Formats: sequence, structure tokens, C-alpha cells
Amino acid sequence: MRRLLTICAAACLGAVCAAQDLHGPTSSTAGEEAAISTTGSGKATFYLLGPGVSRKSDISLGSEVHLQAQDLQNAGEYFAVLCSDTCRSSSFYVTAAKPASLTFLVHPSRVPVGQGDAVSGVAFPFDQFRNLVLTPATVNFQLMAGTASLSSRSAQTRDGIAWFRTASQKSAGTLQVDASLGDLSARRAVQQVASDPCNLRIKGERTKAGILVQTEPVRDCAGNPVPDGTIVTFTATEANGRSTVDAPIKQGVARAQLEAPGATVISVASGVAMGNELRIGAQP
Amino acid sequence: MKFTLPIILVAVTAGLMTLALFGPGHASGTVGIAAGSAVFSAKASTPEQGLNNLLSDVQRRNWDRAFSALSTTSAGNKQSFIQDWTGSDGSLRSFSSLEGFQARPLHATNDDAQMRVRLHWTTPVGPIEDVRDFHLIREGDTWKVAWPKMQISSVPAQVIPVTYLRWDLVSGNASDEWGSKNVDAPHVRIISMNAVDSAEGAVVMGEVVNEDTIPAFVNVNAALVDGSGAAIDDESSFDKIDHVLLPKQVTPYRIDFPNINLKNVKNVRMDVKATLVPASADPVIGVMNQKVVSDVQGKSILQGDLMNESGQTVNIPHVIASFYDNNGKVIWVSDGYVNHALLPQSGEPFAVEIPRSLANKVQSFHVVVNQYSLGRS
Repeated sequence: MRRLLTICAAACLGAVCAAQDLHGPTSSTAGEEAAISTTGSGKATFYLLGPGVSRKSDISLGSEVHLQAQDLQNAGEYFAVLCSDTCRSSSFYVTAAKPASLTFLVHPSRVPVGQGDAVSGVAFPFDQFRNLVLTPATVNFQLMAGTASLSSRSAQTRDGIAWFRTASQKSAGTLQVDASLGDLSARRAVQQVASDPCNLRIKGERTKAGILVQTEPVRDCAGNPVPDGTIVTFTATEANGRSTVDAPIKQGVARAQLEAPGATVISVASGVAMGNELRIGAQP
Repeated sequence: MKFTLPIILVAVTAGLMTLALFGPGHASGTVGIAAGSAVFSAKASTPEQGLNNLLSDVQRRNWDRAFSALSTTSAGNKQSFIQDWTGSDGSLRSFSSLEGFQARPLHATNDDAQMRVRLHWTTPVGPIEDVRDFHLIREGDTWKVAWPKMQISSVPAQVIPVTYLRWDLVSGNASDEWGSKNVDAPHVRIISMNAVDSAEGAVVMGEVVNEDTIPAFVNVNAALVDGSGAAIDDESSFDKIDHVLLPKQVTPYRIDFPNINLKNVKNVRMDVKATLVPASADPVIGVMNQKVVSDVQGKSILQGDLMNESGQTVNIPHVIASFYDNNGKVIWVSDGYVNHALLPQSGEPFAVEIPRSLANKVQSFHVVVNQYSLGRS
């Protein structure tokens, strides 16, 4: 008797389960409408769960559930759940729409000249709903100095990312970096600045107020003028003591007034770069 | 009968108070140190009492009585006397108070005496000790301080053209596209580091350079780690650093870890933080006539003169010096605030102390000047 009851219950349950089912799309595109078909008869409750979406509605079994475009704006995996006496579920994936914007990050914003692999850029294509477009696409990177094109290269996006690395140029100035994908483009600028001072040289003369000392135009090893405001340290050493002045470069030259009445050796440094020494006799 | 005891008590108390104020036991015959906030004596019958009277009035800012009690041989006027004690031009002294003093006689005759006084000041940058010598003269039966003529800096009216570079900072706003207005933080680097034990605890010091082409606000932090990898303590350089570094500028830094011994330390984790800030290359301050000498107390000091080569008053100059051994290694970093403002095109002396144990190891030094100017960040 017990065995008979068990068989009957299983048969009834199977009949109910077979009475409702749902079939969603295998995949969909963000921002596009979709439909989920249901089977069975009677009333049921429909749930849609996805990235940033949670929806509940009462439906009639056997009809199609219409998913509106605004329900499917976020790319990712969605779950459709249909509950009557029991629940059935199905999942489907919504992919990003076609690229609508290109986010472009370039690092660094400033770079010394002549540095290998110093500049890098990363491009991310996004659709109109700010979903990262994972479908491979070709991004063109173009490097320009002023209006002159320096180099150009293409990179295929992988997992939604395309990138490049390059060396900084030999000359100081603005490096423009363009990234384009179809009719989308973004432009960034990298400021290429002079490197450490090179061949730092000074000249000086004794005046009534002391010793006036100044550098020759301060340049890096590639000949680029070191930016104004860079600190140059002058040190005057004599038998009785030492005087130092941290003077900023102004119009390419740093100058300072030092107090040193005796025979003096003047040295110069900027950061960790040293310059020549100057020997000046005692005040007559 | 019931009033007898209260009357006796009042009389005895009054008598004791009178004795305390005017009795011979208070300051006469003081040989050694007179310290603290002294009680004013109506009549200065000793050099110590004369000096105590003056400094007590200075503490109370009772300038009329203080100035009237100076010797007739004193130079200078009342205004310069007050300015010497209260400072001017927004200098550190103008924000300071004389908290106490300790006087010690150097020599004395029947008619004059020389006293050395340690003046303890409370200031916005912490307690500061100042050592000053006073000359006292006996006039009649009263000892008075002979006030020397003070050199007060004054700058003639003039126009000083300033054409130094200035960096302003323009930042984007929230509506800007992601990545369109990124400006990297300045690139700074620790170029030397040394950890030593001192009498007060462990000290980590060294130098930092701004390798970038823009100004940087710099702070150095250090964490001491024990053998198990646990942090013992972490501290920052606080004011022992020149925070605003212009391009290629080098500053010393010192981080103090009070009451910690390096024998318990396995590792030191250093961290330098740099932020982009607006800055100006003005004022330029020269550091002239630097030399290591012994002061009147026998301590080794690095002294020199600050010279303001610009047209802006520097209210509170702050000197930071790094000292190197014969291998070029930083063995100590000292700092000191200058009491007087640095007026345009004028100078002020400075001195920073070198620990006695390191004085004979110092082969070289490097001085930078930090500056605080009112109304300017």
C-alpha cells in the first residue's frame, strides 16, 4: 500500500512539473528587447534577476513574457524564475552593445625625455549603457608631437582592454596620444620634460656685495633646457666657513649672490647632479 | 581671651610674609643658580635680585617698571627694549612668552657683575631655551642691568621687483571624463637613510630629493618592525623636514622614536608621501658664513647668517641642517627656529646644536631654510 502511494505522488508531481516551463534566450544584447516563452496553464509569478535589476510580475502560463529594453541595459548573467506550485528557472547572458564611448588612460602625465617604455596608454570601449565591450575590437593609437605624427600602432582589445607602451621622445614638449575605435576617439597629452641637468657649469666674479655667480644655460644631456624654477644649489667654501644659496632657475639661468671675502671655492649642484668648481681669489 | 589666638596667628603670618619678601634669606648671598619666576624685591641689593626684578617684570610685561629699573648707562630707548622682548613683524618671539629662567653668576665685583641666564620660552613650535648674558652695575646700593644697544633690523622703503616662478594648481571637477585630467603626484625619492640610537630614543634620518619638475609637499613616515614582523612604532618627520620642495631641491628629514632602542628593531619601513601643491620660488634665502664652533657653554653648534634675498618678509625662518661623516653618510639632523623675522634684503643669525658625541665626526653639513610667512600657505 505504501509503495502504491509513493508511486502515485511521484506521478502527480511529474505531471505538475511538466505542466509549467520557461525558455529564455540563449543570449541577448544590452538595451534590446527579449522574450521568454512559458508552457503550462494557469497563473504563475515571474521573477527577473540580473545586474542591477530585480523584477516580479504575475503572468499567465503558456504566454510569452516580454522583457523590455530598460530591463536589460546592464551586461551580465540574468536569471528568469517562474513559480506556480513549484519553481522553474533559466539563465541567459546579456552582452554589451556596440561601442559608444572610448575611455583612454595615459600614464604618466609628465615624463622625463629619453626614458624607455615610460609612457603607457590603456583604452576601454564602452557601450551607451557604460558596459565594457568584451567583443574584440581594433583600437588605433597614434602619437604626435605638435602636428607631426611620430608613430602609429593598432591593438586588438582583449577582455575589453587594448594597451600600448612606448618610450618618451628625445625632445621636451607635449606628446599627444590619440586612441580611436571606428568613429570614436579620445586624446590625451603627456608633458615630456627635461631630464636631470647635465654639464652644469658656472661662472662668477667678485663684486662689491660679494661674489656674483651664475650658471650657463642649464640643459639636460639631450640639450633640452631644464624648466624654470628648478633649484640649483651654489656653495662657496672658504677657510672661515661656507655659504650656500638655493636659487631657482630663471629664464634658463640660475644666479646667486654669495658672501665670501676670502679665497673661495664655489661648487654647484642641482638635485643629485654636480657641476664644475670655480676658484676665486680673496677680496683685494 | 577668645581673640588672643587669632590675633597671634595673624601677626605671626604677617611677620613671616614680611620676612619672606624682604628678609635677607631670599636672594642675598645667592651663589649659584637663581631660578624660576622670581618674586619682585623692592630693593635689589644683589646682582641676582637686580636681574630677578628685571626678568620678573618682563614676564609680567610690566614694561614701565622694567625699563625704569635699567642702569643709566643703558643704551637704546624703551621702544627698542620692549621690541627686543616681544618681537615684531610676526616673528616667533612675538608669539612667545617667557615662562621661566635660571641665572648663574659668571663673575662679580663690588660694582659690576656678569650673569648668564637660561630663558625658557613657550612658543607655538614648542618650548625653546635661550641663553643670554647680562651685565649688572651697582648704582648706589641698588644693582641694575646695563642694557646694551640692540640692533633692530629696518628696511628702507624701496621697490623690489620679484619675477620668480610660481606654480598654480588647476584641478578638474567631477563632471570631467574619467582619465582626461589626471595629473600625477610629484616624484620624490629618499636618497639616504640612517638609523641611530640617541639619548632620547631611536632616530631615523636622511635626505629626500624632489626629482620632478613641479613642487611637492613631502612628508616622510617610518615604521619600526621587530623580529616577528610586528610594528613597534610609527612616526612622521613632522617639522623636521622642509615640506615644500621645489624641483630638484633636497631636504634633510629626521624622525624621532622616543624611548625606543634600536636593539629591539629588526627592520625600518620607510614611506615618503608627495602631493602636488601650489608654490612659489620666492623668497630665496641664502645661508651665509656657516661654520661649526663652540658656543659659550662649550657645546658644538653650527652657526651662520640667513640672508633674505627677496622682497618678502619671512616671519618665522626655520633652519634644518644635515651633518655628514667622512663617508658622506648623514649622521645627524638638527633644526632650530629663528626668533626674529627675516626682513627683505636683510640677515639674521642662526645656530643649531650638534650632539656632543657626534661633534668630532662631523666632516660636512648641508643647511636648508624652511619658511613660514603670515598670510601665505
